[in-house]
Amino acid sequence: MSGITFIRQLAEVVLAIAIAPLFSGWIAQCRAWLQNRSAPPLLQPYRMLDKLFHKDAALAMDASALFRATPYVLFGAMALAAAIIPSLVTDLPLARVADAIALIGLFATARVFQSLAAMDIGTAFGTMGARREMMVGFLAEPALLMVLFNAFLVFGSTALPDLVDGYAAHRAAVDPSVIFAAVAFLMVLLAENARLPIDNPATHLELTMIHEAMLLEYSARHLALVEWASSLKLFNYACIGFALFLPWGIATHGQDGGLPLFLAFAALIGKLALAGAALAFVESLSAKLRIFRAPEYLAMAFLIAVLGLLVHLLLRA
Amino acid sequence: MPTSHLIAQVLNVLAAGLLLISFAMLSRRRTQRLITLLAWQGAILFLSTCLVAHSSGLSEIYYSAALTLMLKVIALPWILHRLIYQLGAQWDSEPLVNIPATMLVGLVLVIFAFGLAQPISMLATTITRHTLGIALAVILLAFLMMITRRKAITQVIGFLAMENGLFFAATSATYGMPMVIELGIALDLLVGVFILGIFFFQIREQFDSLDLHHLESLKED
Amino acid sequence: MVHDLRFLLILVTIWVVLGLAGLLGLHSIRLERLLFLLGALVAFSVAVLAGMFLAAGGTAQVLVLPLGLPDLPFHIRLDALSAFFLLLVGVAGAGISTFAAGYFRSGEGTAPALLGLQYHVFLASMAVVILADDAYLFMVAWETMALSSYFLVTSQHRIPDIRRAGFLYLIMAHVGAICILLSFGVLQGGSWQFTFDAMRGASLTPFWATTAFLLALLGFGAKAGLVPLHVWLPEAHPAAPSPVSAMMSGLMLKTAIYGMLRISFDLLHVRLWWWGALLLALGLFSALYGAIFAAVQTDMKRLLAYSSIENIGVIFTGIGLAILFETSGLRLFAALAFTAALVHALNHALFKSLLFLATGSVLHATKQRSLGKLGGLIRHMPWVATLALVGTLSIAGLPPLNGFVSEWLLLQSFLFTPQLPHAFLNMLIPLGAAALALTVALAAYVMVKFYGVIFLGQPREASLANARDANWLERLGLGWLALGCIVIGVLPQLALRSAAAVTGTLLGESVRPSATVWWIAPIASGQASYSGLILLLGIVGVVGVAFVLVRFLAHGRVRRTATWDCGYPWQTSRMQDTAEGFGQPIRHMFGGFFRMERDLPSPTDRAPRYRIHIEDRLWRGIYLPIARGVQRLADAIGVVQSGRLSIYLLYSFLTLIALLIFVLL
Repeated sequence: MSGITFIRQLAEVVLAIAIAPLFSGWIAQCRAWLQNRSAPPLLQPYRMLDKLFHKDAALAMDASALFRATPYVLFGAMALAAAIIPSLVTDLPLARVADAIALIGLFATARVFQSLAAMDIGTAFGTMGARREMMVGFLAEPALLMVLFNAFLVFGSTALPDLVDGYAAHRAAVDPSVIFAAVAFLMVLLAENARLPIDNPATHLELTMIHEAMLLEYSARHLALVEWASSLKLFNYACIGFALFLPWGIATHGQDGGLPLFLAFAALIGKLALAGAALAFVESLSAKLRIFRAPEYLAMAFLIAVLGLLVHLLLRA
Repeated sequence: MPTSHLIAQVLNVLAAGLLLISFAMLSRRRTQRLITLLAWQGAILFLSTCLVAHSSGLSEIYYSAALTLMLKVIALPWILHRLIYQLGAQWDSEPLVNIPATMLVGLVLVIFAFGLAQPISMLATTITRHTLGIALAVILLAFLMMITRRKAITQVIGFLAMENGLFFAATSATYGMPMVIELGIALDLLVGVFILGIFFFQIREQFDSLDLHHLESLKED
Repeated sequence: MVHDLRFLLILVTIWVVLGLAGLLGLHSIRLERLLFLLGALVAFSVAVLAGMFLAAGGTAQVLVLPLGLPDLPFHIRLDALSAFFLLLVGVAGAGISTFAAGYFRSGEGTAPALLGLQYHVFLASMAVVILADDAYLFMVAWETMALSSYFLVTSQHRIPDIRRAGFLYLIMAHVGAICILLSFGVLQGGSWQFTFDAMRGASLTPFWATTAFLLALLGFGAKAGLVPLHVWLPEAHPAAPSPVSAMMSGLMLKTAIYGMLRISFDLLHVRLWWWGALLLALGLFSALYGAIFAAVQTDMKRLLAYSSIENIGVIFTGIGLAILFETSGLRLFAALAFTAALVHALNHALFKSLLFLATGSVLHATKQRSLGKLGGLIRHMPWVATLALVGTLSIAGLPPLNGFVSEWLLLQSFLFTPQLPHAFLNMLIPLGAAALALTVALAAYVMVKFYGVIFLGQPREASLANARDANWLERLGLGWLALGCIVIGVLPQLALRSAAAVTGTLLGESVRPSATVWWIAPIASGQASYSGLILLLGIVGVVGVAFVLVRFLAHGRVRRTATWDCGYPWQTSRMQDTAEGFGQPIRHMFGGFFRMERDLPSPTDRAPRYRIHIEDRLWRGIYLPIARGVQRLADAIGVVQSGRLSIYLLYSFLTLIALLIFVLL
């Protein structure tokens, strides 16, 4: 691998790590506007992180090494995923490491670690959060897999760079199945990132929490890392969505100059701004579901993805 | 011909949307939502009929599109809305429907319909032939909705959705039915909904509810 | 060159000798410990030999042994398929034997020397099953395997439940063996030659081939625990001592997989596509069924046993896909699915053995099997907890460990199912991929429950504070298996290359073991690829950088305080999720699968008790009616029993007369 691709790889990861909190901040801001509240400043997440990093970590007496290592593992997994997902360019040295299915696996690794850490201290809320997180996870995974299956049928690969390249090469007119896949993906994105209607990221009521309940015992730098990892996860999901459904602007193989890179960067920022606003809009429209309606919601996502698959199989002839 | 290819693509997308709405109907509990979805289904039907009319150049299909717009997008949803308002059933919702299981059954129905339609659509020559499977699926799904629900109004909605599927099948496979038949069906639907509306009032008067399981008590033992 | 085969035979013989040598000191635990260690060494040698044989390409070697009945000598054969399964037995067996050396103590049920004998005969018989090249030797070894494992299961024979479990196992094993025997009877195809060579040459009509296949499916399915033939498995596996549970789940189930593969891909020439569809459906159903039941278990070993059913289902899914592809002429995809099944078999042998052994250590340290009475062991048993974490993550199918590799391969092969030339099937089978994904994700749920309830949280009993970590032999055994999980996960090329020799001989096509040193891309180098090594290095690298940066830019100060728990100060260990509590969402969602009995306390109860009992519907739905039918039949036949001697003599007399008349005619 040449030096320049390596630098681009590094730049992409650093960019992802740097702007992921901004994306979360942007969504929070849009939500506040839509709800007629005065919005927190755009850079609020960074201030949060800065504050947390400088506090002393308060750790429960019997927290094990697993509990302390988990924030780093989460952050590592999410940063690595950001390196694999083509958000700016497709010609990445690490992109071959994991196709989209392996990416799901990487996210699952992070989820399992987080759940285990939540059970480590042995509090009622922690175990409850772990149980619910795993429940949402195991229902969301098949739906996500069906979305990827659909992408595979349309473009013949499960590797995200191939999908983007294939899209650039064919410019296929909209395949109806893609619409289904996009709806299903959006539903899974909301569920997997602990957003409404499955989980409320802004809740302070422990009994309704899923994601937050698992973080209750974390503080200071550990909490900062976990929060950063979750905003990275949201960013990653958004970038997977872009690669699957809105790949315009991403610099494909052979587009090496500075201009495509700049265009890709501008496109990414534009897409993130739009996606953030759209997410905030969808979230403001929906109410939180009862926890036992969550299977229904995710089953719906799954079925929509499968329908897309079937529609593709029917209409391809 | 690039334009006809494009039209076929858009029609496919519309057909897919029709199917999506059918599934959304299966998964909704609120009656009001169902009516909105029905109106959306009508709107898609209207668009697709317009497209078929445009691509085939047959002017009478435009008439049937206009009929669809008036009847299925505006008149029937409006009548149904008024009806549930008068019945005080705006907030009615179906109790005890196992939605994931219903949807799984629906999925199997879709596969069945698609598999069934594959050989038939090979014979058709219209640009919309692939959508026949979807039309069939929409009919079966509406049937499934009628089976699983117990409120009187949902039955009517299911019935109307089924008719939508039939209509779509007709336009997609054979460029529509003769105008006379279509007019007749439209009138039948309208009258049917009126009569059923009157029935609702009777049922409610008798049982204080629109739940159809009360009808089971009418059986002679 | 038949050296490999001779060496292997010698090694198998050493196992038997080691078993017999234990009888020199019936109650000497020291001697037994040494023998187990030597057995581990033999297992390791078997693995090395098999691995070398596979690396050399796997050309078959045949031997005829001067043993057996007159005119009916034993045939043995070493080819790629048997070498792969010997590799599996050797690798996992080495770890289990090392652990067993530290595990067995005197005064627990059967005397140590007898245990050692049964254990080593069990191991040897599995090796012989895999090496056998005629039906006769195969059945002898198969029955030896069943009997020796029966005695091992019932080593705690003073407990009635264990005797009952052993009896159920014995019945199922024998019903299965009869089916296999019949299958061989069909396979010889009128030649009355029971060597596998003759069977390969026999030409069967599709009808008889199907008969043979279905009989084999019944027989091997019963051994493998395929639903609905699985009922013995969650009873027998937990009843055995942990190393034996590990052997049964990790290795013995694989001999059934081996038998299934041997018959359907080697001995049978005709394959029909619907066999594949049948295996696929059964496999997926078993996988889902096992995962759902594992999620609601409260006994840690039963949980693992149900998880074995799930994994066997996954393996059968791969075999089914391979048959489907192969009969449709898509050989490369068939090889991919076949490889996935083989690699998953190997992986399952490693991580399931690891976890069963870990439960053994927990059992010794705490005397508890019930998940409701464990918790917090990571603080008292750090070694076992760490090594079990590796197994937990592997079995949950998480990258970069080995469980993920095989699941990834299987999902990749599912991606090509729309190319199958069957109208309805190519729409239905993609749903199978979703079912598989659901199963895999459920397995992660189950394993989080398993690990979280045993090792994390607060101890649920006061006595757990006295738990001590495993001894060094146990650690060594666990460590070896955990190492295997990591190596295959990080360097899947190794497993793929071994499997490539098998698919090359059986299907005439293999997946590409590796695109480069770094990653695997089984179909084509441009297509989907995966690299466990870079994934691991990447995570470790980023974690390291993050750690250094955090320490450098911020600080590393830690203040140990009381648990916060949202400011609730009176929390106890009873407020954590119990095993039942953690499984509750699954019970809620998949209620239809279970037969539940629940006692809910009333609000006014002085001493409220909650009890839930979950049963398999199939036990009452299938097995009890069959048992009642047999009972009724037996009662009917029992009429002829009168107890008077003269009546019995009359029976004999009548039989003699009847036979004479028959001869006369």
